[in-house]
Amino acid sequence: MKIHEYQAKEILRKFGVPTPRGVPCFSVEEAVAAGKTLGGNVAVVKAQIHAGGRGKGGGVKVAKSPAELESYARQIFGMQLVTHQTGAEGQKVRRLLVEEGADIRKELYVGMVVDRGTQRVALMASSEGGMDIEEVAAHTPEKIHTLFIDPVQGLRDDEADDVAAKIGVPAPLIPQARGLLQGLYRAFDETDASLAEINPMVITGDGRVVALDAKMNFDSNALYRHPDIVALRDLDEEDPNEIEASKHDLSYISLDGNIGCLVNGAGLAMATMDIVKLYGGNPANFLDVGGGATTEKVTEAFKLMLKNPNLKAILVNIFGGIMKCDVIAAGVVAAAREVKLSVPLVVRLEGTNVDLGKKILADSGLPIISAINMADAAAKVVAAARG
Amino acid sequence: MSILINKGTRVMTQGITGKTGMFHTKMCKEYAFGADCFVAGVTPRKGGQAYEGIPIFDSVKEAKAQTGATVSVIYVPPPFAAAAIDEAVEAGVDLVICITEGIPVRDMIRTRYKMQGSKTRLIGPNCPGLITPDEIKIGIMPGHIHKKGPIGVVSRSGTLTYEAVGQLRELGLGQSSCVGIGGDPVNGMKHIDVLKLFNDDPATEAVIMVGEIGGSDEEQCARWIKEHMKKPVIGFIAGVTAPPGKRMGHAGAIISGGKGTAQEKLAVMEECGIKVTKNPAEMGKTLKSVL
Repeated sequence: MKIHEYQAKEILRKFGVPTPRGVPCFSVEEAVAAGKTLGGNVAVVKAQIHAGGRGKGGGVKVAKSPAELESYARQIFGMQLVTHQTGAEGQKVRRLLVEEGADIRKELYVGMVVDRGTQRVALMASSEGGMDIEEVAAHTPEKIHTLFIDPVQGLRDDEADDVAAKIGVPAPLIPQARGLLQGLYRAFDETDASLAEINPMVITGDGRVVALDAKMNFDSNALYRHPDIVALRDLDEEDPNEIEASKHDLSYISLDGNIGCLVNGAGLAMATMDIVKLYGGNPANFLDVGGGATTEKVTEAFKLMLKNPNLKAILVNIFGGIMKCDVIAAGVVAAAREVKLSVPLVVRLEGTNVDLGKKILADSGLPIISAINMADAAAKVVAAARG
Repeated sequence: MSILINKGTRVMTQGITGKTGMFHTKMCKEYAFGADCFVAGVTPRKGGQAYEGIPIFDSVKEAKAQTGATVSVIYVPPPFAAAAIDEAVEAGVDLVICITEGIPVRDMIRTRYKMQGSKTRLIGPNCPGLITPDEIKIGIMPGHIHKKGPIGVVSRSGTLTYEAVGQLRELGLGQSSCVGIGGDPVNGMKHIDVLKLFNDDPATEAVIMVGEIGGSDEEQCARWIKEHMKKPVIGFIAGVTAPPGKRMGHAGAIISGGKGTAQEKLAVMEECGIKVTKNPAEMGKTLKSVL
């Protein structure tokens, strides 16, 4: 689960990470008022969307007067902000963060993720702050310092100091950097984060180490024990189809093709998308109905896929392991009837009672195209989508 | 022969009184030598009861001491599953298979940390389990699609493993053992660990390795195969069409920071002499071509 920058900063402040003073705003008027509350000559207006690359897309502006602040707030609030992470249509800006300006002397990078190889949290730090860290990793990997944190001891003082020194924090400020890094790790650990990133972490003219930006993602498997974080979820930032799918315990991801895929199991669902593409088609979605492909789940899955105006055909690919194929076939038929299916439907069933399942599909009177295996199913659905 | 489990293996089910634990313990008990193999169940505070003739104990330690079970399979709900693994590890069980999906990564990091230096092997979590056909199945896979033979199968996915097994069956090829290592980012045995066992298993002649996007375990395994594997290995990686930054069902199936793409994995596997197919319908056919 993702949250906004201002929410991440609120969490980090609780763990002692210094951030600029700021006010989240839900209108231009609130932004103007926030400027007054903050005082000072310089304020920063920052679009709050979940995607990165906001600055380059024109979603972050430094205002040097109240008039400029208002003008920037008007410009950014409500805009369709396009970044390299939003796709071409961009994301509508519904929230702003107005912050006091900072006198930046140095921009650094710190981030944390779970490292699969060592099975620990990795702290990554770099002297190249403010840049896309993936670019730094690709071109100057020697500028990224990585440390794997012991889950029992946490981030030790000497480790934090060493990393801070390596990325160019001046010696007198290392204790401050240590505090920030240890606070970041405690925040990561205690909130079940999957990613925490401060880019840039800055050294200011008056000798402070501050988190100028903040990004946090959370492990969705752990949300049950963090109701405070669940409360930060912003549904405006998520795909409405994916939200609907999650209500029915379906794992669904929208793609830009025209062939709907309904599959049991994540690996088989990915492989089904792959084979559709391999046979010249384009998958419209990833959809894993899970182990039990019940009538209710299949019905909801059909409804979701049919919301896509580009949908030309649906492929159901079920490897009925424990679930019997006749039960699944009956579910598919009932679901197809209920939603009055308007596009060609190709069904591939495998597993126990497969012949009985195929008979149910054939006897249903519905124009269901039956496939004998995955390759046959892919070829048939691609042909059906072409019309 | 086979790897990890055979008809002589004695198994306990942790979480035997839950709906999933009951259902699958019964299915496993009914498969091949299952009635001999499944000897104990564990549910705290339900010791002394029985399910399907299988005695239930309060703790893993007790179940192990009373029945001699050396393998444990876990169906405990996600908030308590990591602690169930810890209990099995502390009791000195040889092999723990955790079927549970949805365990927080933070819990698994701590569990794996505690397992350092332990002799216990872990398969999963978020996996279908493993099977040695015609002898024993531990997990949720459909037993009847399998048959005994010379092919080893290892995969991060459940139904995609069944797909591979189904294709082998069509070609008349049986399996020595099939291992589902699971779809979580922090887990127990990796492809490489299973491949090492298949390499040493006289009953295994060739291996199908099924991977998916996310992480770099397949690449690591491929490099090991190039240096050490004495038997042919073929591979398939799911998720060539998966968009970056999206979790594709499995918690571990995500391309992040441009890393963990199917293309990258396939390229390394090919470099290391593994015959790969981009067509999931041709895993069986590809395997047959290298025999």
